Amino acid sequence: MAPTPTLTFVLMDPPYENARTTTALRLLDIAARRGYNLNVFAYEGAVYVPFSKQAPHPNAVHGRDLAQEDHPNPKDWVEAIIAEAKRQGGTVDWVQCGLCVDERGAAESIPGLRRGSPADLVKFAEVSDNTLVIPTK
Amino acid sequence: MAKKVLQVIETAYRGTLEEQDDTVVWLTHAMRGAGLHTDVLLRGNAANYPVTAQDASGLEFGGRKQTQPPRIADDLARLIEKGVSVYVVTDDLDRRGIQTSDLIRGLKSVGSAELPKLFGGYDQIWHW
Repeated sequence: MAPTPTLTFVLMDPPYENARTTTALRLLDIAARRGYNLNVFAYEGAVYVPFSKQAPHPNAVHGRDLAQEDHPNPKDWVEAIIAEAKRQGGTVDWVQCGLCVDERGAAESIPGLRRGSPADLVKFAEVSDNTLVIPTK
Repeated sequence: MAKKVLQVIETAYRGTLEEQDDTVVWLTHAMRGAGLHTDVLLRGNAANYPVTAQDASGLEFGGRKQTQPPRIADDLARLIEKGVSVYVVTDDLDRRGIQTSDLIRGLKSVGSAELPKLFGGYDQIWHW
């Protein structure tokens, strides 16, 4: 049997700005569903993707209250991807760039992630079948 | 065996004043320090990064002056000193009217037609 693939993703965009964040999460989700081992290095604005203080809101323009709007924040998607990976026997090692977190006051992230440095990205690259950088443009 | 990674920097001057550097050049320094075998290719607007006459100093909002503006050409020169190969795409220099004499020393020039061959020498290509 072929060994389980290991993929590294480098994310750079903050949430709620462009489609690249959603695209990155789609790719992570597909890989998680396949039981792959996933590494994520959240760099610069991407440290806000799993920010725990994101909150859903009602939407008067949509005519929906909080429950009806049922707005999934990106942190919820990250949490769901980690849970899906576990269900499928894979792993997600999500590292938040520590200096990027400090610059932005983004220390409060969802459980299951860890603070790290570029040295973690080096280790990720060394053990991964491939690395995909999804940079800010 | 250690992997060889080429950092292709294309998006330029992204947050460089807030960061006081280019974040990918910075990351390359840090990863090199952590043992990664990595080189850099400058293309697109990043072809301006090695121009020595850049001066980003003088930013001031209210009474708050920036005392450590980005010095990206110097940061690239320090990468070269560390043994990192820094390539620049000659077509992108030509389009911008940048002369070789405008640039830091030690850069390696590469034409866009030669990029596939260059890429073939690396295990991973990270396009920023």
